[in-house]
Amino acid sequence: MDSSRERLQKTAKKVHFELSTILRIALLVVVDIGLIWFITQLMINGFYDVAVVLIIIVVFNTYVFLAPKAYPLRWMAVGLSALLLFAIFPIIYTTYVAFTNYGDGHLLTRVQAVEQIQRELYLPEEGRAFEWIAFRSDAGEYLLWIKDSEGNTFLVRETDADYDERILEVIPGEFGIGELDEGGAPVTIEGFTRLNRILATTDPNLTRIKFGDPEKTIQVRSPSEAAELLPRYLYDEENDTFTDQITGIVYFERQGTFTSQQGRTLTPGFRATVGFENFENFLTNPALRGPLAIILTWNFAFAFLSVFLTFALGLAISILYGDPNFPGKKILRSLLIIPYTIPSLITILIWRGILNENIGIVNAVLRNLINYAPAWTTNQWWAKAAVLIVNLWLGYPYFMLVTSGALQSIPSDIYEAAEVDGARGWNKFWNITLPLLLVAVGPLLIASFIFNFNNFNLIYVFIQGGPPIPGASTRAGYTDILISYVYNLAFEGGRGVNYGFASAISIVIFIFIALMALAQFKFTNMWEEVSENV
Amino acid sequence: MSELAKKTKKPRSMTQQRRLGIIIRWVIAVFLIFFSVFPLLWIISASLNPTGTLATARLIPQNPGFKNFQDLVGNPTFPFFRWFWNSVKITTITTILTLSLTTMAAYAFSRFRFSGRTTMLKAILLIQVFPNLLSIVALFLILTQFGTIIPRIGLNTHLGLIIVYLGGAMGMNIWLMKGYMDTIPRDIDESAHVDGASDWQIFWKLILPLLRPILVVIGILSFIGTYGDFIVARTLLKTTELYTIMVGLQIYTSGMFSQKWGIFAAGALISALPIMVIYLVLQDQIVGGLTQGAVKG
Repeated sequence: MDSSRERLQKTAKKVHFELSTILRIALLVVVDIGLIWFITQLMINGFYDVAVVLIIIVVFNTYVFLAPKAYPLRWMAVGLSALLLFAIFPIIYTTYVAFTNYGDGHLLTRVQAVEQIQRELYLPEEGRAFEWIAFRSDAGEYLLWIKDSEGNTFLVRETDADYDERILEVIPGEFGIGELDEGGAPVTIEGFTRLNRILATTDPNLTRIKFGDPEKTIQVRSPSEAAELLPRYLYDEENDTFTDQITGIVYFERQGTFTSQQGRTLTPGFRATVGFENFENFLTNPALRGPLAIILTWNFAFAFLSVFLTFALGLAISILYGDPNFPGKKILRSLLIIPYTIPSLITILIWRGILNENIGIVNAVLRNLINYAPAWTTNQWWAKAAVLIVNLWLGYPYFMLVTSGALQSIPSDIYEAAEVDGARGWNKFWNITLPLLLVAVGPLLIASFIFNFNNFNLIYVFIQGGPPIPGASTRAGYTDILISYVYNLAFEGGRGVNYGFASAISIVIFIFIALMALAQFKFTNMWEEVSENV
Repeated sequence: MSELAKKTKKPRSMTQQRRLGIIIRWVIAVFLIFFSVFPLLWIISASLNPTGTLATARLIPQNPGFKNFQDLVGNPTFPFFRWFWNSVKITTITTILTLSLTTMAAYAFSRFRFSGRTTMLKAILLIQVFPNLLSIVALFLILTQFGTIIPRIGLNTHLGLIIVYLGGAMGMNIWLMKGYMDTIPRDIDESAHVDGASDWQIFWKLILPLLRPILVVIGILSFIGTYGDFIVARTLLKTTELYTIMVGLQIYTSGMFSQKWGIFAAGALISALPIMVIYLVLQDQIVGGLTQGAVKG
């Protein structure tokens, strides 16, 4: 009996196993087909960089779900894919953009820019000419009848008119065309008046209007002649140059812009790698360097002071009220933790109202008390003070919580020993409490520094980086930190967006954060911890 | 501090000195409490003030009432409850997905041994240190390109925003989760293995129920983080109807801020409430999770 039941169990397990394998592979096939379709669509649209990332993801997932060796990775395949697409790829892409001129005037790809330059036309002095007669509608719409040297005739509409066909054959009866005269031109067209020679030559619009298609554009050259426009810039694929057909000037490709020997340029430019130019701009371009130096200095000062002030206040509170017998301790803690419990964006907005320069409550009270109202938003020093006050309010509860925990973990016999040696009050604090505490919360101080170094929300939402630095070539303010400056460069392009330069600054921040983070991990011994667990 | 406790055992004069100390500390505490609570009181009073502008705001409003709260309903220029719903929806979905991705990955990191395991753990942590605002140009580009093919996951969609958030799902969370799982003895799964249970059954029926405390912590941290996110949502969402509450409040107030102070106050109060309640109720658990190294933001 027993053995038959066991066998039954075994077969059941086997069936279950095979079923789950089939299900797994079926699901994989469905997902892969979907993704491959998606990738093809991306490729068709020319989005190669994102397509490549998705190809890597498809290959990775297929391997992981088929190879028995990669079994553990199945548990994290989706998470890793998301990480690759939305965390790792953006970092790589930003690095790439930092070495390009991507930004205003260089938003297009090279192919798009070449196409657009080729579309530029000019009216040649000589060349193939047509006889012409013009027609005008009451609404001011023009039609041009033309006849080439071989006697072929056409009617052409204006290039910007909203019709599918702009070049029509002259057949009486169609499009309201009436009888033809001996030259082959319509005598009447329904809805239009045929302009006689005098009317036509005195019409100021006529020589300006372009007729026909982008491929075949015709313009009136003289009272007797109309001519087909020719591409103004001729592209030489072999040498990668454009030649101006009017002046004969040759334009060479130089860092994303076609530029002549004399320094004249063609628009639009295109995205191209420019080496370290964006990084050199930090140091050499005075319009960028000036504000950047101010911003960088303030960025460090702001992060340092924020950590210092929040830590100092948090620690002071933990020491003052750390006594477990202190009456009302619980309620005090609940009240002091309040800044931490409100989403910071909301409280930053509230502080914006409280510290409003003209009608805020703080200034109203100060005006009454000392007859002076600080310019929280227009004076750079008051603005900096305001930012620090708000950040102190936002940040001290965190350190209050952290340090009160850490203080309790300092063994009391250390103090007893110190008291025997004659240590008192401040002495004890400086020589025992603080050093021991710093070891415990050191990593958190570094983390807090990193966080505040990039505290975009506070700077951007509270004061938008203001007050503005005069003479800056891009939007920059006295309270701007690097990350808010980057955001201005990339997205708030009042004076033009510059993704390349923005990305270059991002890279500098990247490197800085990485160094800080490594220091933090060293501090925490996290690396060692993982290794021990293996 | 412990030294104080010891001093109480000493003679009377010490007790008197201690009483004085407590009084001085409470005087200081009053100032601290005022600093800490003032913005909250201020916004509560503004939300109850029917005149509704910043200039007329008083700490104790005249004729207090709920007019500002009523104005929040069906307000076409300030579709507050639509934004609130958007936020709750996006945040809940993101949190659930984050928890599933994190828990499963942490299970593999905790229970299986494979090559590259420690390297991957370190790399995941290091990558998450970079604020995604720095690479937002790339995120913007990815969603733009996705959107030209499948508009539902493109720029200016909730689904697109959620998948971007998922890029940051792992990271610190994995460390917290794996650390907790490591404390669950492996004998449990081994004996289950002997009984013929599959890895999935062990994970689902044995391990997962034991993870409740850490699931709560990571869930709350992820919820608060996503709910409070401003800049990613601000960059990727363009239509007023689609805004999250943080984006809506910020954009609304950058207009005629001081005129609409009352309505803003009412909205701010309602949006802050869920998080405040979570914090005050689950204080100790959150603090435990935070001190593992995460910083508010």
